[in-house]
Amino acid sequence: MSTPETVLESAPFPIAEITAEGIKPDEYVDIVNRLGRHPNKAELGMFGVMWSEHCCYKNSRPLLSQFPTSGPRILVGPGENAGVVDLGDGLHLAFKIESHNHPSAVEPFQGAATGVGGILRDIFTMGARPIAILNALRFGSLDDARNRRLFEGVVAGISHYGNCVGVPTVGGEVYFDPAYSGNPLVNAMALGLMETPEIVKAGAYGIGNPVLYVGSTTGRDGMGGASFASAELTDESMDDRPAVQVGDPFLEKSLIEACLEAFKTGAVAAAQDMGAAGITCSTAEMAAKGGVGIDLDLDKIPVRESGMVPYEYLLSESQERMLFVAHKGREQELIDIFHRWGLQAVVAGEVIEESIVRIRFQGGIAAEIPATALADNTPIYRRELLAEAPAYAQQAWAWSPDSLPACSVTGLADRPWSEVLQSLLETPSIASKSWVYRQYDHQVQNNTVIVPGGADAAVVRLRPQLATDNGMPFTKGVAATVDCNARHVYLDPYQGALGVVAEAARNLSCVGAEPLAVTDNLNFGSPEKPVGYWQLANACQGLADACRELGTPVTGGNVSLYNETLDSEGKPQAIYPTPVVGMVGAIEDINQIVGQGFQGAGDAIYLLGAQAPVTLGASDYLAAIHNTIAGRPPVVEFDRERAVQAACRNGIRQGWIRSAHDCAEGGLAVTLAESCISGNLGATVTIDPGSDRWDAALFGEGGARIVVSVAGDRAAAFEAWLTEQLGSDWAKLGIVGGDRLVINAPDGATALDAVLANLSEGWSEAIARRMERLV
Amino acid sequence: MQWVFQGLLGLPTRMVWHQDSDLSDLDAIVIPGGFSYGDYLRCGAIARFSPAMRSVMEAAEQGKPVLGVCNGFQILTEAGLLPGALIRNENLHFVCDRVPVKVERSARLWTEGYAAGQVLNLPIAHGEGRYYADPDTLKQIEDNGQVLFRYEGSNPNGSWNQIAGICNDRGNVLGMMPHPERAADAALGNTDGLALFQVMTAALVSV
Repeated sequence: MSTPETVLESAPFPIAEITAEGIKPDEYVDIVNRLGRHPNKAELGMFGVMWSEHCCYKNSRPLLSQFPTSGPRILVGPGENAGVVDLGDGLHLAFKIESHNHPSAVEPFQGAATGVGGILRDIFTMGARPIAILNALRFGSLDDARNRRLFEGVVAGISHYGNCVGVPTVGGEVYFDPAYSGNPLVNAMALGLMETPEIVKAGAYGIGNPVLYVGSTTGRDGMGGASFASAELTDESMDDRPAVQVGDPFLEKSLIEACLEAFKTGAVAAAQDMGAAGITCSTAEMAAKGGVGIDLDLDKIPVRESGMVPYEYLLSESQERMLFVAHKGREQELIDIFHRWGLQAVVAGEVIEESIVRIRFQGGIAAEIPATALADNTPIYRRELLAEAPAYAQQAWAWSPDSLPACSVTGLADRPWSEVLQSLLETPSIASKSWVYRQYDHQVQNNTVIVPGGADAAVVRLRPQLATDNGMPFTKGVAATVDCNARHVYLDPYQGALGVVAEAARNLSCVGAEPLAVTDNLNFGSPEKPVGYWQLANACQGLADACRELGTPVTGGNVSLYNETLDSEGKPQAIYPTPVVGMVGAIEDINQIVGQGFQGAGDAIYLLGAQAPVTLGASDYLAAIHNTIAGRPPVVEFDRERAVQAACRNGIRQGWIRSAHDCAEGGLAVTLAESCISGNLGATVTIDPGSDRWDAALFGEGGARIVVSVAGDRAAAFEAWLTEQLGSDWAKLGIVGGDRLVINAPDGATALDAVLANLSEGWSEAIARRMERLV
Repeated sequence: MQWVFQGLLGLPTRMVWHQDSDLSDLDAIVIPGGFSYGDYLRCGAIARFSPAMRSVMEAAEQGKPVLGVCNGFQILTEAGLLPGALIRNENLHFVCDRVPVKVERSARLWTEGYAAGQVLNLPIAHGEGRYYADPDTLKQIEDNGQVLFRYEGSNPNGSWNQIAGICNDRGNVLGMMPHPERAADAALGNTDGLALFQVMTAALVSV
């Protein structure tokens, strides 16, 4: 038997060419062993993309396997293009999140635009009509012109694609932190309502069934994007701009309509979108999932440029393309539908018995690989977990509030609390994101019940598009949110990840929705580094435990590793570990939901979960006001979490609660200010700091806390009801009204007194001011 | 749009394929918002040449009601059925928001359900909604009372004379950038736009 050394020595490629495909020397030896020969250039490229983290999760698969993935409402879990949950009354919802981080770093507009296009294809490939988009975005500080350019480009790209394709962008989150400078995160989540009677799956079947290529043409754009996405960004990455695809949202809109129409004919056996690794990935995955093979002729593929070689066909990531397996004899029916929509559709191959992917080109065989070697039986790396927390974490945990300047009821040293609140509200991560969402059409399709900025989660009515039945009211809705406090995860990956899931569920509960299921997007640094792997492993454990505790299984997601930028000295800068959780929740009646803004003067304000411990550790107050990233994030208490969220949901459904807002970044004072700003109503409240410092009482963060408001004349009855729900774990804070936010101490002393108009203006304008006046 | 006419108001409604040129069975035509052919060139510049649009022009000529909303308004100006043009928003960004829009006068077919001067809260969503016309045309449409909707207070896109919607001289063609159909369904919380559709429906039913 040949040794690894001799295998590499006899390879028809120099080592540099192998590693340029993202294949490590050991993996090359593995490839040769599987094929029983050396691969050719096209095959090498196919392995390169299919064995990338982006496609095969070689680093994360063992960690992902611990996620709970099934439940009574779960119709499709991980492994298909998207997860599907049952919302009752025959309504099935497909949803999924995906990243487009690396492309967006080098070409923000097209990178973000095609990220939206890609996630939408995952949804309608299943037979679902896309009904909503959300995004989770991360950028470096807006003080840096390069980050402003990335931010502006990403938002414009999402706006361009989402608006044109006609799917509302209804929510999301945006954070700014130097940890993302030069390596922004662009995670897009899409929701779709099943329109076909059967869920369309990806596994090919039926020997002799024709394989159809549909949609756009193939060109050289996006060559090797999956491998590109699975490597660190360097100064030279800018030269990889051809690796970023270019999107055509109008073509995608036509593709949505054509695909849904095609699926309804019953002539489609299986479908797979061409995302990362294009033709290679779609053929390999369809074959491997179906336990069959696919024989595909590249000469049949419609092209947009001439002279392409198999390597280019196979690795192209041209957008808006799909692969179908049709029932034999019904292919023309499908082709006619696509042609009517002005799209390409050709029979390019067939399903074969032998489980191989065979690629023909100009009369010869350009590649022939066992399907499972590409898509299923791929390498897995199990890594050593650090025995103890890394130095950065231990150092951060040693922090104590005693190191902060003294504070009192009147303020921080000589700085009044109103001024501290004002500057927190003007921190871009906390400030209004209206500059962003005003650029997204968030009302197209006419089902958006709560517009962005109105509540802790987006709410969309579920109205099948073709239904025009007069008199039948459509009252069901779906709520969705994306969340991740990455600073919390950085400072304690396990607790932080628990908190991410808890917060997502809490945000859904704040509109009155029942949390159902999760799609996750793991954005991390290199897992090959001990600290990176420690973060990844602990965060995955946290996500798994929290999803189990809250009964929200994971139905799929995306992994984006190697999110590090190398500076000119070659020093890697990792991003914060950012496991974004997208969560969907069921709403039985869209008339029984609330927003975050106070509703009327005289309403009583309550804090649910009032006994939850709070901490300044890992808080926005500590980061923004004291420039300190330290401490430990709040500990998640699931019993309290479940009780508080259930009380909030029940209170909304029973009509007690008129507004609800989760206490998250910036603590209680920021939450109150946001409810005031949203409702354009002031408030006067009393806060008892107990043994805490005043800054902890005002700005400390802790889970399981929700600020709600209730009609004044129902307060007494509500309190009795609340006591049944939560025992004594609630507090009456005060009353809505006036044009100021006033926070008093129990003895009547004023801790904070701020003019609402000033808070509102600073909060509303903070991002626009940075983008439009500083540039 | 179809949901409002057919789902909410019960008016028989059919979608027209862009290559269909026989619209003779229709009593009124609505060109909804969207991105016709992607609008990669100038908004509405390609759509105006579609076979369906030739028939729309004939229908307008016959005096049938033609309503264009957002992209529909852009197409109507490109087709020459309405004067002026819609150009990039002043700040160059797409804008999606709810804004105050004043009904200028109570016009037959369209705004009889409102009082002159009434201010509506209507959704807008466009990147090229800045109404422009040369000074003579502007003066003419103002003098003729063709401006039916005007942004109240701040100008969201830099439109000349704060113009949000205009009709043709004859009064049977209306184009507007705000989306009344997104403010017509009580389940979504805003019905300020509903009266427009009710008036239009009543006019059609009584024909």
